[in-house]
This record gives sequence, structure tokens and C-alpha cells, in this order.
Amino acid sequence: MPLYEVLLQQFANGLILGSFYALVALGYSMVYGVIKLLNFAHGDLYMTGAFAGFGALSLFSGWLGGGWGGIVPAILFSMVAVGALGVIIDRVAYRPLRQAPKLSVLITALAVSMLLENVALAFTGGQYTAFTTNLGFAGVDLGMVHVTYTQMVLVGASVVLMVVLELFVSGTMHGKAMRAIAIDQDACRLMGIDVDRTIALTFLIGSALAAAAGVLAGVYYGSINFFMGFLIGLKAFTAAVIGGIGSIPGAMLGGILLGLLEAFGTQIPGVGSEWKDVFVFAFLILFLVFRPTGLLGRPEVERM
Amino acid sequence: MTEPLLKVEGVETYYGQIHALRGIGFEVRRGQVVTLLGANGAGKSTSLRTISGLVPAKRGRVLFEGEDITRVAAHRIARLGLVHVPEGRRIFRGMSVEENLDLGGFTVAEEEVRRRRREAAYAMFPILAERRASDSSLLSGGEQQMLAIARALMSEPKLLLLDEPSMGLAPRLVQEIMRTIRRLNEAGTTVLLVEQNARMALRLAHYGHVLETGRIVLSGEAAALEKDESLAKAYLGGGPRNEGVAAAG
Repeated sequence: MPLYEVLLQQFANGLILGSFYALVALGYSMVYGVIKLLNFAHGDLYMTGAFAGFGALSLFSGWLGGGWGGIVPAILFSMVAVGALGVIIDRVAYRPLRQAPKLSVLITALAVSMLLENVALAFTGGQYTAFTTNLGFAGVDLGMVHVTYTQMVLVGASVVLMVVLELFVSGTMHGKAMRAIAIDQDACRLMGIDVDRTIALTFLIGSALAAAAGVLAGVYYGSINFFMGFLIGLKAFTAAVIGGIGSIPGAMLGGILLGLLEAFGTQIPGVGSEWKDVFVFAFLILFLVFRPTGLLGRPEVERM
Repeated sequence: MTEPLLKVEGVETYYGQIHALRGIGFEVRRGQVVTLLGANGAGKSTSLRTISGLVPAKRGRVLFEGEDITRVAAHRIARLGLVHVPEGRRIFRGMSVEENLDLGGFTVAEEEVRRRRREAAYAMFPILAERRASDSSLLSGGEQQMLAIARALMSEPKLLLLDEPSMGLAPRLVQEIMRTIRRLNEAGTTVLLVEQNARMALRLAHYGHVLETGRIVLSGEAAALEKDESLAKAYLGGGPRNEGVAAAG
């Protein structure tokens, strides 16, 4: 295959991977933004979302079919269910610790992560679950590169979700309140903003996006398992740091960049695909050392 | 006599082990400007923070329009029309001037009403209109204070609590902020003002209360307080030429 076709193929792969990372990174970053918590359970919400979508698709496909007609309702169901789960997790596990040291909340997040993974393990017995759809492989050929319609729809769906999120966050009062509580919670209270409800809303949206990514990933890879959220959780964190943690456009940019880096990284001579995770986390370390605020994050400016 | 807009009765507040308010009581009547004076650490800011619900009162009661709001959550108190402009402005840095104003009108249900009030704020503070799209953290100190006040006005509060609006500002800007407060009061807003610049505050206020280590040690009409010799010595600085930043301690 000529080099440009290899690069084009990797670009397509990277874009798909990157859009999953971006969707998960968004929730990571939004939650960090509002309560300064690295929600380690976030990757597991992606996994839970994949299973919720799988369950819904199994139910719906009888009369809606295994194509997009069944997948889209399954995605919506999963987003609602996992969004609600995110709100419940916040209410039960994190909200009682709002005044506690950050470390207590962090440890709780780890516990929630293990809980979700082990519940999924208990239900699946640790087996891979085949995520069957009948989308087929039709698509567009660019030389030797074949991009399926499914892949295009996956990227398209991610972009639509991100655009809707951006419109919500910058254009609505609740979106503005979400950004404002990331800056100053007490000042928000004084404006009549219910901080706890706004935090719950953040969990709802972040978890729903992770769930959507989980279902899309199930469609893309064709199988899901209880541990699928672990690595993507770490990578979404990396993407959030690269973009500038707490920044919504940063999470999108970081996710896409990380997906592309990972895809192109496998093409560097001497670096096989088994090195891709090393490659990704080396970037995390580089960013933490040389640009801890990320690409779009900014250091606090103080002016009195 | 009509009931006061705000009534504070025997309020005690703690920060951990520190007994910051040791039982304070006063009233604010509709249409008044009431000022709380005192040195650093006397409990002025804590009084405002307790009234607006940011810190819980351990004992005592706060009544707003006759309703007990002592245990009411801060965001609900704000929705009742008691809005607190905290010390240090606390504008939303990183968000634009316009977004800051919008958030001040968070409780306004109709977008159209919010837009009208925003325009009214711009008419009152033309400098904010010029900079409506800029990041609020790039405003000067005086502009930030105006934004903080304008933001609070977006909900058309019945009672405005102002904590050290003159802090860190050049004398010309202090004058401007004080003129703004007077204008607001003349337009019908009741104000509870905390200031270190006591002389300035008393010139604006109808009533004043002097706090010392969490207690009110002196109360009276502003005009009388301004002439009070012990107060002049302690808080107003030496002569009338001194613009009277209160002595610490």
C-alpha cells in the first residue's frame, strides 16, 4: 500500500478512536471542572453504557432490526439509563463527601469503579459479549482504503453529540451555570443557582456521553466486556490533560488528537501496535511535565 | 410600625472553634442604607455571610420580610430577593461580562426580561457595555466592582448586601462606587453596606453599627456616629482630611 494510503487509513482509524476518547474525556473533564474530582468510575460508566445499549438492542432488534433503526433507540436508552446512574452515584457516593478532603472522594471514586466492574463481571462471568449488528461493510473506497458508512456514522454521531453539548454549555442558562460553578461555587449560590443540582446535571450529561461512546464502541468493535472501561478511562484522562482538564473544547481536541497519535504511532518504524499504549502514556507524561495546563487550559490569572 | 425588611436577632456564628459573631442584632428598614463598621476581623463580613446563608448561624435568627431564613440554603435566600455582593467581587473570571450579567439573572425565567435588565445595566454602567464581550478577568478593579454590583442587580433584589465595595480602588473610583450606591438607594433598593472606609460609608448611610470582636458596640444614626468622638478616634482616623481607612486591630 502506498504511504499516503497507509496514512489515510490511519487517519480514519484515529478519527474513530479519537471520537470515542473525546466523548469519554468530556465527562471526565466536566466533572473535574465542577468538583475537582478525577472520577475514576467514569470509564466504567462507558462500559455500563455498552452493556445497557447491548441489552436494549437485544430487546429492540426484534421489531426494529439490528441496523441503525435499533441502534439509535439503544443509544438513547443507554444514555438515559447511565445518565441516571451517574446522578445516583454522585448523590450516594460523592455528595456526602463534598466538604471532605479530596483524597477521600478520590478513593470513593476508585471504589465505585471497582463496584461497577465487579457487578459487570458477576453478570457476564468475565466472558466477552458479542455485540451483533447487521450494519455490513458497505462504504466508500479511496484507493486501497475502505471507509464503511458505519464508521462515518460513528464519527458523525460523536460530532453531533459534541456540538449539542457545546451549544448547551455556551448557550443556555444551565450550561452557563455549569461553567460558573467550576469557577466559584459560593458566588453561584449568591446568584440563586442550586449548586448541588447543577453538579447532578453535570454528572447526568457526562455519564450520558460516556454511555453513548460505549454503545458506539460496541457497534464498532463487535464485542464488549466488563473491563473495557479501564483502559479507555485512563486514555480519556490523558486526552483531558492534553486538551486542558476542565476545558470542554480541550477534551474534544485532546480526544481526537490522542486517537490520531495512537493510530499514527503504530506506523512509526520499529514501533509496533503493541507499543501504542506506551506511546499514549508517554505523551501524558510529557504534557504533565512541560504543559500541565494542556493545550486549551489556562493558568489561573489573578487580578484584584 | 411596619416590619423591617431584615431583622437580625442574637446571631452567633462560628468558624470551626473561632467564635466570630457573639450575638449581634440589628434591623434594616425598607429604603434605608445601613452600614456595618469595624476593624479587620470584627465580624462585618461574617455578618453578611451569615445573613446570606453562606455560613450557618449557630444561634439566633435572621428574618427577611418577616420570614425566618436562618436555616434556608443560600441559593433560596438569593431567590427571595436578598442578594449579597461578596468581598473581593467574586466575578466569574474566564467568562465574559455579558455572561456574568446573565448569571446574575439566573433566576429570571424569561429571556426577554433578562435581556431588558442587561440593557439597563449597560445604561447604568456604560463601561460594561463597551466591554460586554471581554473576559471579565481583564477588567480593572473598579470595573470588576461595577460588574459585581450590576450582576447582583440583574435579579432586582429587595435588599443588597455589599461587602467592601471600595476595597483596593483608587479614590476617584471609590467616589464613583459610592455615587452608584446612592443612586441605587434613591431608586428604591435597600442596602446593607460593610465598609472599612467608615467616613465614606456614614456619609451614605442612614444608620450605622460598629462591630468589635463579634459584637455591636455602638449603634446610631449615621450623622450622629460621624460626630462621635470615640468612633472618630478608633475608625475614622485623625482629621477630616484623612479619608479614613480604618486602623487594623
